[in-house]
Amino acid sequence: MAETNGHDGKPASAGTPADGGGNGSGSAGNGGGKLQAVIAGAKATQARAIEELKETIKAPEKTDVWKSVLRVKHDETPRSRALGVLSNVFLHLHPAKVNRDAVAYNYTWGMGGMTFYVYITLVFTGTLLMFYYHPSKIVAFRDILYLESDVPFGKLLRNMHRWGAHLMVIMVELHMFRVFLTGSYKKPREFNWVVGVLLLVLTLLLSFTGYLLPDDQLGFWAVTVGTNMARATPLLGHAGPFGPQLGMTPFNDVRFGLLGGSIVDANALLRAYIWHCVAIPIIASAFMVVHFWRVRKDGGISGPAPVMLESEIKDVRKI
Amino acid sequence: MDLHQLWTILSLPDNVPIVLLLFVVPFYTWYGLRQAFANDRLIEQLESDPAMAKTHHRKVQPYKPGWAREVHVWPYLLRIEFLAAIIVTVILMVWSITLNAPLEEPSNPTLTMNPSKAPWYFLGLQEMLVYFDPWMAGVVMPSLIIVGLMVIPYIDTNPLGNGYYTYKQRKFSILTFIFGFIVLWVSMIVIGTLIRGPGWMWFWPGTTWDHNRLIFEVNRDLPDIFGITGRLGKIIFGAIVVGLYLGAAGVLIHKLITKTAFNRKIYKRMSVLQYVVMQTFLVIMLALPVKILVRLMFRIKYIWVTPWFNI
Repeated sequence: MAETNGHDGKPASAGTPADGGGNGSGSAGNGGGKLQAVIAGAKATQARAIEELKETIKAPEKTDVWKSVLRVKHDETPRSRALGVLSNVFLHLHPAKVNRDAVAYNYTWGMGGMTFYVYITLVFTGTLLMFYYHPSKIVAFRDILYLESDVPFGKLLRNMHRWGAHLMVIMVELHMFRVFLTGSYKKPREFNWVVGVLLLVLTLLLSFTGYLLPDDQLGFWAVTVGTNMARATPLLGHAGPFGPQLGMTPFNDVRFGLLGGSIVDANALLRAYIWHCVAIPIIASAFMVVHFWRVRKDGGISGPAPVMLESEIKDVRKI
Repeated sequence: MDLHQLWTILSLPDNVPIVLLLFVVPFYTWYGLRQAFANDRLIEQLESDPAMAKTHHRKVQPYKPGWAREVHVWPYLLRIEFLAAIIVTVILMVWSITLNAPLEEPSNPTLTMNPSKAPWYFLGLQEMLVYFDPWMAGVVMPSLIIVGLMVIPYIDTNPLGNGYYTYKQRKFSILTFIFGFIVLWVSMIVIGTLIRGPGWMWFWPGTTWDHNRLIFEVNRDLPDIFGITGRLGKIIFGAIVVGLYLGAAGVLIHKLITKTAFNRKIYKRMSVLQYVVMQTFLVIMLALPVKILVRLMFRIKYIWVTPWFNI
């Protein structure tokens, strides 16, 4: 596309000096005149190039490069504004227009969107942290020390990941609180609430699996306390109701499966790492896709809707 | 008053989210309920004036006849999203620059931390361990919380309050959720973080965490109080008491569901299945505060003692 833009000017102007040079080598007498013609030609080309640059800077949106990236014209028309959202892969989850009261902060508190933003931040900082971390009992703790003292901005990176995780848990809970208070789980959004509950659980699991990774006393004992609950699982845990009767021991019950052993050790660290960095993010992302898609398909954001009066309740249809 | 101890607890990096929670949860509760009450006043006005109900746009937001009902996402929504992203980034940056993430000594299975606490968002469950055995507090209750949250849309047959804040039209569901979220979830987290000290003992904020403190609590089982000693006797007695609780709680919840004329109207819309599911979850939810009270007031550890499980 870029070549097309220069096509009108460049080949034509490039031709002139080349012709002059070719003739100049033949006859020495015309040399002075030819040289002047070449210089004049070069000056004209330069002026033209400057003119083109000026135009490009003045109106970059008219270049073919720009058009090729953005696909549609963006002028000051309502149609363009709508297309700007609809034809953009990152923005196309939005509708072109929204209820004018829905953009007010007081209705949604912005919690769902901010949660997603914090999630993106966590994926970003988490990926960077993965460059400096080995999920192995021998070096995991040392990697954190190294990260904090030697890696440029390593401490900031780890802090952002840690506090971002806490912030995400708080925001998810507040988002749920808001959705409940506005009754947004009611028809037709029942299923999206279910997806949201699963996302809440996945958020807590993400945070919990990350807790073990620094391999320090805090994470170790928190995860020990947490997974000790699993041994008391009814039927499936060796200390749970009816577990021993079903042949559960510390070496074959559900806790063993979670930890990859009977104690929190190297296998548990590796499992926490894989759940934390690969498995749960993929599962959570899949549910997020469904969650956001359903928000649109269920008619966009739930309100603020006009209030309904008690006298307007319709009788329930019996099946 | 040991202010230093209080500061040590509050300033622990991983406890900062709880301190944040102490501010944001009350704020947003107030923020949501304030809008709910504003809508309730509007609803009252519209109900008393049918002519107004026909012409009013039925929102508390300002409205003029010439205004468009919808606005463009670009720029009116996107600029807010952009601004929110910047603000969250700034908050996260400032928080991360001023406060370091905790890192303690390398993990050591031979050196137990006291108190050894779960991550803060699970402290409600850990606090529950005081009142229930691990299979109940760590497995059954969390599973029931998750499933119970999921079934909410399917058992709430009240069609009002869909997409706007209201308290008057959804008193029962809002009070139930606030009870579950704030009283049972958030406040248990706060107790687990700020009050539980070494040995998971209760230390009021401001008292010193004494690692040598001993509490001589005589926790008894309910059958022992009644002098029942046989294994079979305990099983039958416990089953009867738990059955009595389930019955009493069921009746209480039924009374609440059918208390007002409006509640009865909503109750009539429920199918039998919806009613049974709702009763099941509410009765189990109510068991938690009841067990807490029984434990704290009468020092009773177990109600139902069997060879396989204790409740």
